[in-house]
Amino acid sequence: FVTFTRTRSSISTFEKQYVGFATLPNQVHRKSVKKGFDFTLMVAGESGMGKSTLVNSLFLTDLYKDRKLLNAEERINQTVEIIKHTVDIEEKGVKLKLTIVDTPGFGDAVNNNQCWKPITDYIDQQFEQYFRDESGLNRKNIQDNRVHCCLYFIPPFGHGLRPVDVEFMKALHEKVNIIPLIAKADCLTPNEIKKLKDRIREEIDKFGIKVYQFPECDSDEDEEFKQLDKELKECTPFAVIGSNTVVEARGQRVRGRLYPWGIVEVENQSHCDFVKLRNMLIRSHMHDLKDVTCDVHYENYRAQCIQEMTSKLAQDNRMESPIPILPLSTPDVDTEKLIKMKDEEVLYKAWSCGQESPNF
Amino acid sequence: MFKIVSLVVRHLKKKILFTNEEKRNLSLGGHVGFDSLPDQLVSKSVTQGFCFNILCVGETGIGKSTLMNTLFNTMFENEEASHYQNGVYLRPRTYDLQESNVHLKLTIVDTVGFGDQINKEDSYKPIVDYIDTQFENYLQEELKIKRSLFNYHDTRIHICLYFIAPTGHSLKSLDLVTMKKLDSKVNIIPIIAKADTISKSELHKFKIKIMSELVSNGVQIYQFPTDDEAVSEINASMNAHLPFAVVGSVEEVKVGNKTVRARQYPWGVVQVENESHCDFVKLREMLIRVNMEDLREQTHARHYELYRRCKLEEMGFKDTDPDSQPFSLQETYEAKRKEFLGDLQRKEEEMRQMFVNKVKETEAELKEKERELHDKFEQLKRMHQEEKRKVEEKRRDLEEEMNAFNRKKVAAETLSLSQPLKKEKDKKK
Repeated sequence: FVTFTRTRSSISTFEKQYVGFATLPNQVHRKSVKKGFDFTLMVAGESGMGKSTLVNSLFLTDLYKDRKLLNAEERINQTVEIIKHTVDIEEKGVKLKLTIVDTPGFGDAVNNNQCWKPITDYIDQQFEQYFRDESGLNRKNIQDNRVHCCLYFIPPFGHGLRPVDVEFMKALHEKVNIIPLIAKADCLTPNEIKKLKDRIREEIDKFGIKVYQFPECDSDEDEEFKQLDKELKECTPFAVIGSNTVVEARGQRVRGRLYPWGIVEVENQSHCDFVKLRNMLIRSHMHDLKDVTCDVHYENYRAQCIQEMTSKLAQDNRMESPIPILPLSTPDVDTEKLIKMKDEEVLYKAWSCGQESPNF
Repeated sequence: MFKIVSLVVRHLKKKILFTNEEKRNLSLGGHVGFDSLPDQLVSKSVTQGFCFNILCVGETGIGKSTLMNTLFNTMFENEEASHYQNGVYLRPRTYDLQESNVHLKLTIVDTVGFGDQINKEDSYKPIVDYIDTQFENYLQEELKIKRSLFNYHDTRIHICLYFIAPTGHSLKSLDLVTMKKLDSKVNIIPIIAKADTISKSELHKFKIKIMSELVSNGVQIYQFPTDDEAVSEINASMNAHLPFAVVGSVEEVKVGNKTVRARQYPWGVVQVENESHCDFVKLREMLIRVNMEDLREQTHARHYELYRRCKLEEMGFKDTDPDSQPFSLQETYEAKRKEFLGDLQRKEEEMRQMFVNKVKETEAELKEKERELHDKFEQLKRMHQEEKRKVEEKRRDLEEEMNAFNRKKVAAETLSLSQPLKKEKDKKK
């Protein structure tokens, strides 16, 4: 048992009662800074929606320096490609390995049947890769290439969602966090934006599309935060504008678009929701997006995979084992033989002792 | 005889002189007055009224209805279209407009559902079919024996406004495919819709890219005519501004001390009729104020004639027969008709033959079945007779047995009766 030794009275009572695990957040912070972060963002939508411009505006870099755009003629029968751009960026000592997954060709051909298939295949492949790595023997340096978030660009020219938008989101909503955006929002007046947002929200409900939901506020957050959070949620889908150029507005140099009738400022909250998107995506919910990907989408994939595998095995008439059989890294032939021998021994012993074997 | 010959020669000479006469320019001694001919023509046209048909092709929501409202400064009734149509269908609406003393019968044809389907390979078909149908109707009217062309409501499309989405990159694949199918059937003016989302520098590059794509793919768009000196200069300069970048609006905003049609944004006001904001004014000039009549002419003289020629050639008409003698339409028509009737008769004969054969076949089959049934019936009957006979025999046998048994029984009884008498007799002895 522990004896309390009387300490000198000069030591404060606070010190006596203070254990010290309140420093855990700091430790986590320190370790994570050292480890660095990674984030994979997918952008999808028809060409000409401003995806590249928005990505450049979000991360304040130029990822698409020498891009070649196809002609209309070349696009008639175009298939969807998947192109990854990876950059390492750093801010205040925090390193971020950012991967942008581009989907050129989506929705551009004349016949777009199943044009989302390469995209769903890509996402599944990343899940499968992670699944294998996770079940492997050496798990020290697993690279997480899973897609954490997909920004889907909805054209502002229509009256709401189009069939291709609905089909795409329905094919992906259980595989990745979808954040729908209204692209090129400088083509809509404030009334029109409101109408379109209401219409899109209605249609998302109607078609049963599960877009990324912001987590609920903790009840002990202050009112201001709760209010901001509420506003954020009511603002979806975000109407965004991007720009690669810097213009002079109100005496400052800002990212914007110059028109004969005025200047659109990307970071002006009364012009568009770019700031809300950036804050949400990068400044507050980046980690939550990763968590939902790991805890929900990936787990769904994994459970499905295992179910398929065990149902196949049951068909093969092998003994049901409570331990899920690992998909890969099968031991070599000798070890297998040994394992089998030992299994049989155990069974024989159990039987001979008159006990029921557990799983017969 | 000689007299007759000389008469004939003189007659022939006259004929030759007549056919070799050239047109000579004469100067007039005074004012005759036929310079009023154009005015007579104009007043006739005005009394008749004009007719103009516009086809608007573009994605749902791209601003077709709004642009029409803006161009004609009125509110045509329009419900918002849905994105979930199964296919493309065309919706024509006819309106009667009047300005000063000029009547215009305006038909606006909308393409509903264009660009919404996931598979758009057949999207152009309903549009081409509609245009062809209007040509066909006109052709039918023209070929009638009793026709009234002056009274005919001409529904042929005079202009197709193709709305290009303002992506800033290039044409969409659907745009290219559709325009290629339409360029030989209708006058196309491509326009960039919702142009207030493209900045000036982007617009310049966009226009160049679009025109180069159209040219490199051989798409023929309508060129404003430059042969008429009065308008050649303005038309030539307008040709260079294609495709027009337009913005439409029916809402009015106060700018300065005027109220203009515009779109109000937090960052500024886009004025529809401000030439430095968009090309709406140019479009209106070209489409309505300068070239409307030329569009109608081109539709009739070029596109309709092409359709008519193709159609008639298909039907087998030719302008000259193998001997290079001009065919009369009537002769050809009669010949075709005879051929067609002959064909019809032959087909009828064939069908009748087939029918007769089939009937014979079926009859034969039925007869065969009847015979079989009959045979079966006979067989069954015989079997039945056989059975009956057997049963009769059995019955007779049984009766005989019964009789035999009865006799035995009687015999036995009488015997037993007489027996005890005998015994008693014996006893008494």
